[in-house]
Amino acid sequence: MSEPFEPKIVAFVCTYCTYAGADLAGTSRLKYPPNVRIVRLPCTGRISPMFILKAFQKGADGVLVSGCHPGDCHFDHGNYHARRRWTAFNALLQFTGVPEERVKFSWISAAEGIKFAELIDSITEEIRTAGPFEQYHKLIAETGSAASV
Amino acid sequence: MAKIGVFVCHCGENIAAKVDCTKLVAAMEGHPGVAIAHEYKYFCSEPGQESIKKAVAEYGLTGVIVAACSPRMHEATFRTACAEAGLNPYLCEIANIREQCSWVHNDGEQATRKAIEITRSLVEKVKRNNELQPIEVPVTRRALVIGGGIAGIQAALDIANAGGEVVLVEREASLGGHMAQLSETFPTLDCSQCIMTPRMVEAARHPKIRLLTYSEIEKVEGFIGNFNVTVRQKARFVDMNLCTGCGECMQKCPAKKISGEFDCGLANRTAIYTPFAQAVPNKPVIDSEHCIFFKNGKCKACQRVCPTDAINFEMEDELVELEIGAIVVATGFQVQNTALYGEYGYGRYPDVLTGLQFERLASASGPTGGKITRPSDGKEPETIVFIQCAGSRDPSKGIAYCSKICCMYTAKHAMLYRHKNHDGNSRIFYMDIRAAGKGYDEFTRRAIEEDGAGYVRGRVSKLWQENGKLMVRGADTLLGRPVEVAADMVVLATAMVPQPDSKELGKTLGIGYDEYGFFNEAHLKLRPVETATAGIFLAGACQSPKDIPDSVAQASACASKVLALFSRDKLEREPVIAQNNEATCSGCWGCVLACPYNAIEKKDLTDRSGNLIRRVASVNAGLCQGCGTCVTFCRSNSIDLAGFTEKQIFAEVMGL
Repeated sequence: MSEPFEPKIVAFVCTYCTYAGADLAGTSRLKYPPNVRIVRLPCTGRISPMFILKAFQKGADGVLVSGCHPGDCHFDHGNYHARRRWTAFNALLQFTGVPEERVKFSWISAAEGIKFAELIDSITEEIRTAGPFEQYHKLIAETGSAASV
Repeated sequence: MAKIGVFVCHCGENIAAKVDCTKLVAAMEGHPGVAIAHEYKYFCSEPGQESIKKAVAEYGLTGVIVAACSPRMHEATFRTACAEAGLNPYLCEIANIREQCSWVHNDGEQATRKAIEITRSLVEKVKRNNELQPIEVPVTRRALVIGGGIAGIQAALDIANAGGEVVLVEREASLGGHMAQLSETFPTLDCSQCIMTPRMVEAARHPKIRLLTYSEIEKVEGFIGNFNVTVRQKARFVDMNLCTGCGECMQKCPAKKISGEFDCGLANRTAIYTPFAQAVPNKPVIDSEHCIFFKNGKCKACQRVCPTDAINFEMEDELVELEIGAIVVATGFQVQNTALYGEYGYGRYPDVLTGLQFERLASASGPTGGKITRPSDGKEPETIVFIQCAGSRDPSKGIAYCSKICCMYTAKHAMLYRHKNHDGNSRIFYMDIRAAGKGYDEFTRRAIEEDGAGYVRGRVSKLWQENGKLMVRGADTLLGRPVEVAADMVVLATAMVPQPDSKELGKTLGIGYDEYGFFNEAHLKLRPVETATAGIFLAGACQSPKDIPDSVAQASACASKVLALFSRDKLEREPVIAQNNEATCSGCWGCVLACPYNAIEKKDLTDRSGNLIRRVASVNAGLCQGCGTCVTFCRSNSIDLAGFTEKQIFAEVMGL
């Protein structure tokens, strides 16, 4: 029997809120599935739609974008830009046939370690149910997955 | 050719117990561009750091990855070590394999695989890191202290006594905060006013301290060393320069039945008032909400009697602009809304009081002159029941934490009661007695052994009135049976909660707060008075419930942090800022719209004879805070963020 499918999830998070929340989950010794890989950025405003595509290109089955709660952005309003950008970009992704559940968006503050662990639990389960993201795998096979940038 | 050194830290067993560090090292050794990979028990220790420095020199490393704890913990430590070895500190990155790997996963094999991926992706990133130079910014040697309670006053005095300028902002009309309301203080039974009021006067008279009472923070901009703060000085309707504080106006004010905040509603005040007799500054304000003139346009009794013509009904709020180098937040706490405890009858029965109200009753400056009597009929109570943890340590009421001071002040209340009424009985319902502190446990023992404090371990379930008595029903969990006490007065040790608007202030300042609204420190153990925002510090109960000694200690710690900052001519800032490539910039100004700091300016590119070629965006390094929102906006890919460039992030993702 083959191994059960374990999805790969790439999370783009801001350093002030969600990254700190993920650290808090660690210092609180909460447990969550090891499927998520975190890329730390100064602010969700820095997250380009290209990063999300790059993650899929690398073989991610799901992407998470997470930052500070509305009104709490360390940089005043970077998270609003991120939300607007994500809304527009996700609509485009859906139009091109990428299902909505592949790209998640959430707010997690530095105090919400529990919420972070629960979120990773739930999205890992959702993506696991959705199965491998084959659409991009074909493309990866064509272009090669070597770390060429 | 990149020569990256990978240093895998065991963190004792914190990492090594889950992640197979040897396997991680082996995986890294074979990775392109990695010159060496080492493991060690504690890389943050002296020998650990030395071994990194040695490796940098020996192998001529062009980049360093430390796979260890969160970069929020030790990034600065390892970057400094690299700098000491001659490597640009921004060529060092941290792979977080503790908080985000070994601590959160059970399966060792999976954790090891994840650790390898995390480390590999940062190796890919660091290969593309550039040497960066810290940005130098000047320091304004003036501190802003928000809150004029004991913590704020202590911080202000410590800074001012060392020669720093201080602006002390207090929201109320007088300095003093909660400490000025207390009767005696545990464990020495010092009179609170006697130790507090001289400090208030000292702060007000200090030549280096500018006092802004009846004022609130309106706006905070800028960054460490260079904050621009706007303070709203609320209209007092009394000219501070003309007023002599004679008090004639307060005598004559006809609006006399206003519930006094300082006495927690146990006494009334007038519409023109000073919060208390020892107020600093001892000059009144007009409470426009209750003033008869403001309500119906007639009265002006105060204006008629004022011998110096200091009353000015036309006065308006004033905005004061301040240039500030560092901010100390000392905004204190409030007492929890007792309406949460309907079963204790607070508000329904006049003789059910909060601990703070009892302080006012026991205080020589209080409404009864220090005589403990019932608010309902003025009689001396024969039995008082104290209920501890009335709000604290009760997740069902939304407060899971311990308020820390209630065990001590309840013991003190029982003592003061016995000292003033030698036949008085006190019964204290408690969950645990938490008396950790110098002289604290001895103090509670004294309350029990010398002053007859009767401790009952258990909770109170119900309280009702019967034959002029307050009947208190609870459980004695040590005897395992219900108890009923007929009391004349009940005192609730209500929880300490943050100021109701602490979250708004947190947003104005750009500092974090927890689920309750207490401000977050940068690190609970190692940076307890700093916030995650450089240049903003925390003192006193705005961070968590605290007693006076802790608040004072923290305030002095803040002062030492501020003074350390002021001892420097220039500050170094992280060079994580946006950089624009003027050659490709099309001048669409998308970045200008995106920037929250107005840090992007329009710059003219001219030829040699001064003719305009085109206009491009230019980043003001002093204003840019490095969020990178502009980078994502840029249509021509001209702007990039140093330290988090497009190339670096793409490489990081591809390394996963």
